[in-house]
Amino acid sequence: MATFEITTRSVKGDLKTDTMILNMGPQHPSTHGVLRLELVVDGEVIVDVIPHIGYLHRCFEKHAEQMTNYQQVIPYVDRMDYVAAMGNELAYVLAVEKLLGIEVPERVQYIRVIMAELQRIASHLLAIGTYGLDLGAFTPFLWCFREREKILDLFEITCGARLLYNYIWVGGVSHDLPSEFGKKLKDFLKTFPKALKEINDLLTFNKIFIDRTANVGVLPADVAINYGCSGPMLRGSGVKFDLRKNEPYLVYDRFEFDIPVGEGKMGTVGDCWDRYYVRVREMEESLKIIEQAWEQLPPGDVHSAIPKKVRPPQGEVYFRTENPRGEIGFYIISDGHSASPFRVKARAPSFVNLSVLPEISRGYMIADLVAILGSVDIVLGEVDR
Amino acid sequence: MQANEIYERIKSKFEDAIVEFKADAIVEPYLEVKADRVKDVCEFLRDDPELAFDYLMCLSGVDYGNGTLGVVYHIYSMKHGHRFVLKVKVPIDNPVVQSVESIWKSANWHEREAYDMFGIIFEGHPDLRRILMPYDWPEGSYPLRKDFQVPEFYNGMKVPY
Amino acid sequence: MPEILNVLIASVIPLLFILVYAVVILWVEIKVASHVQDRLGYMYTGGFHGWAQPIADLLKLLTKEHITPERSDKILFTLAPILVFASSYAAYAALPFTSTFIAANLNIGIFYIVAITSFVVIGILMAGWSSNNKYSLLGAMRSVAQIVSYEIPTVLSILTVIVAVGTLNLQEICEIQKGGLFSWNIFKYPPFMLITFLIYFTASLAEVNRTPFDIPEAESELVAGYHTEYTGMKFAMFYLAEYANMFLVSGIAAILFFGGWSSPFGEFLAGPGWGVFWFVSKGLFFVFLQIMLRWTLPRLRVDQLMYVSWKVLTPISFVNLMVVGLWAILK
Repeated sequence: MATFEITTRSVKGDLKTDTMILNMGPQHPSTHGVLRLELVVDGEVIVDVIPHIGYLHRCFEKHAEQMTNYQQVIPYVDRMDYVAAMGNELAYVLAVEKLLGIEVPERVQYIRVIMAELQRIASHLLAIGTYGLDLGAFTPFLWCFREREKILDLFEITCGARLLYNYIWVGGVSHDLPSEFGKKLKDFLKTFPKALKEINDLLTFNKIFIDRTANVGVLPADVAINYGCSGPMLRGSGVKFDLRKNEPYLVYDRFEFDIPVGEGKMGTVGDCWDRYYVRVREMEESLKIIEQAWEQLPPGDVHSAIPKKVRPPQGEVYFRTENPRGEIGFYIISDGHSASPFRVKARAPSFVNLSVLPEISRGYMIADLVAILGSVDIVLGEVDR
Repeated sequence: MQANEIYERIKSKFEDAIVEFKADAIVEPYLEVKADRVKDVCEFLRDDPELAFDYLMCLSGVDYGNGTLGVVYHIYSMKHGHRFVLKVKVPIDNPVVQSVESIWKSANWHEREAYDMFGIIFEGHPDLRRILMPYDWPEGSYPLRKDFQVPEFYNGMKVPY
Repeated sequence: MPEILNVLIASVIPLLFILVYAVVILWVEIKVASHVQDRLGYMYTGGFHGWAQPIADLLKLLTKEHITPERSDKILFTLAPILVFASSYAAYAALPFTSTFIAANLNIGIFYIVAITSFVVIGILMAGWSSNNKYSLLGAMRSVAQIVSYEIPTVLSILTVIVAVGTLNLQEICEIQKGGLFSWNIFKYPPFMLITFLIYFTASLAEVNRTPFDIPEAESELVAGYHTEYTGMKFAMFYLAEYANMFLVSGIAAILFFGGWSSPFGEFLAGPGWGVFWFVSKGLFFVFLQIMLRWTLPRLRVDQLMYVSWKVLTPISFVNLMVVGLWAILK
């Protein structure tokens, strides 16, 4: 365990003030799970933050090695970032497919794009809703959940599950889209912009909300890159980097969409408000992608490319995709003869993004730390794996 | 820049540090370097303006099962948009690798994880302690090693209950 | 003997009022919250829209175990919720519910209320200190700093009203505003009385720790602030005190600016019975406003809260006081 030098300063005569160690978590309302932060505070001002993680460690990597085959890892992948399970499946499956060297039908690729983008909206809704909750605004949270519910309904009619899907398989997807999917999707596409505007009016451009988040937790672009930040964290700092554009996978190069970046509209580039607003605008962009993908969706069989046996040649692959929280990567080593992976390493975006927390929260107040942590948007299932 | 061009560039500077360059590996070519030179190589990779690898995507520990441990670095350049794979192999009885924490801060937690899971010692890491496993996990027990045996008792509790 | 009976009646009626009001407002708060958030809230307990849920909640709290932390200061820990509730209950004594009922018709009524409610600060500090919990302590410190600093704009705006009406007696203040809607204080010295009211309302939100000034119990930062360690009835006492305080500040707002128990139609619908109706409904309206604000706004940070008090509200209320004072002299 780390030890701290306690800074002592005398105020007047014999009066002395010490720093205090405050344990935030593992049970705390706004650590988004079981994160434990050891705060060294001077009154309410944060001197240092030491994150302690691992309370939700479920041995994902060990499990993956012990499975009897590659497909059985997919449900475990779901449980990493459990609010964006589709994205995790996608990254893992694409990595395995790349190792196998198989091509999947166009329809599958389009369905995967639609699902991944729907999942991105759902995940960002949760992120901004809980962010409002962190800052004391209850109502946007439930409004976000109302919208998220519609997306979960879409997932439910497609694959039966609402949270952990096991939907994207190696070489295909488990079920084709049901016939009523199109109508429900169109309904959602029509109502969502209105709901988003409501949330914006209530929270995003609220004076108090801006006061609380602008100029707080500023993350400069070079620090963000050095710490390996990705996703809205990185883009919030003004770096225009999105794997969907910079390293296109699936059919993302066929769609038109923008990459929103932080502009410092309310304060400094890279503050909490920028990170938050990048998420809001990403939802709009995702809507555009879904609309285009639905229009171009070709017919076909979603099961045709599913291999009977997944036995990749000896080799290794690192494949990364853009998950709602950032770059999720899977490093898979295959030994060439067994049906289970020799080694799977998951590069979880929350894990890497969280490591920058001490750097950007020193000198702010406890209330700001909650705001900063919320804007990093971690999912502990993914941090601890 | 392609992987072989990057390799040529490293070779011209660090001829002695290179162990093997595998250009035909599935799926990506990789370069294996010596464990006690990896920091210099990485520093060069980051600071050379032609290469400018400023982003460490992933750092993974690996147990190859035959008495060697390895560390794999997946690096990326935001500026040029190219990527490269670097590898280091060390014997299991003396698993010491130079830390690249001072080059890419993101290595900090990744290296702690590799230490936690494989017992790889990263020389020069400022805060090398367990990260995912509990702090009272037995010394010298690294769960992702291939020869790891599930302990019978953990803190007095029978494990396979 | 009748003397004692009088005292008894005068003290029991506000207590009964607080209890009944608290149960009702608990239900209203939950219902308003749920409808704001696009959901239904309680729907089953008791039948119609879950009207019995607050009673059930209260019974549950009453039967719960009192947990006292082992390392706490036990005397202060027990005393704190009592003190907090007692001080807000005591303030009800000077509240004129109607032209014929006031528990204690003091000639310094408003002064008494301001003085007695500042006991809350001591109670909260006691709670935070005695819990021996860092979150409680931080919450108590925040709360004390907040209440003490917001007392200044509150008192200054009350003073502005007093300058305008020339009495500290709450009953007399109501009498003065008896002649219908336009004789209410809010319409005097336009627009300065309106400004005074807005300052008072904002500051009183902070006085009762409501959003956007609910920093002392900010659940996302400090778990529950000064009452983190409290359970059962002691916890309920804090809650009861909070709701009692909400009505107290709303009632004072109604008396100082909106005519208290006087009817908005002059002599029409006036009288002691209607007086209670007008006073309570005016008070409840402001309570409702506070609830609506709570479910709309995020929360400020400690330093921003202090900024609002010292650099915005206090200077404005000083200027306001001087203008109204001058105007009153010149008139």
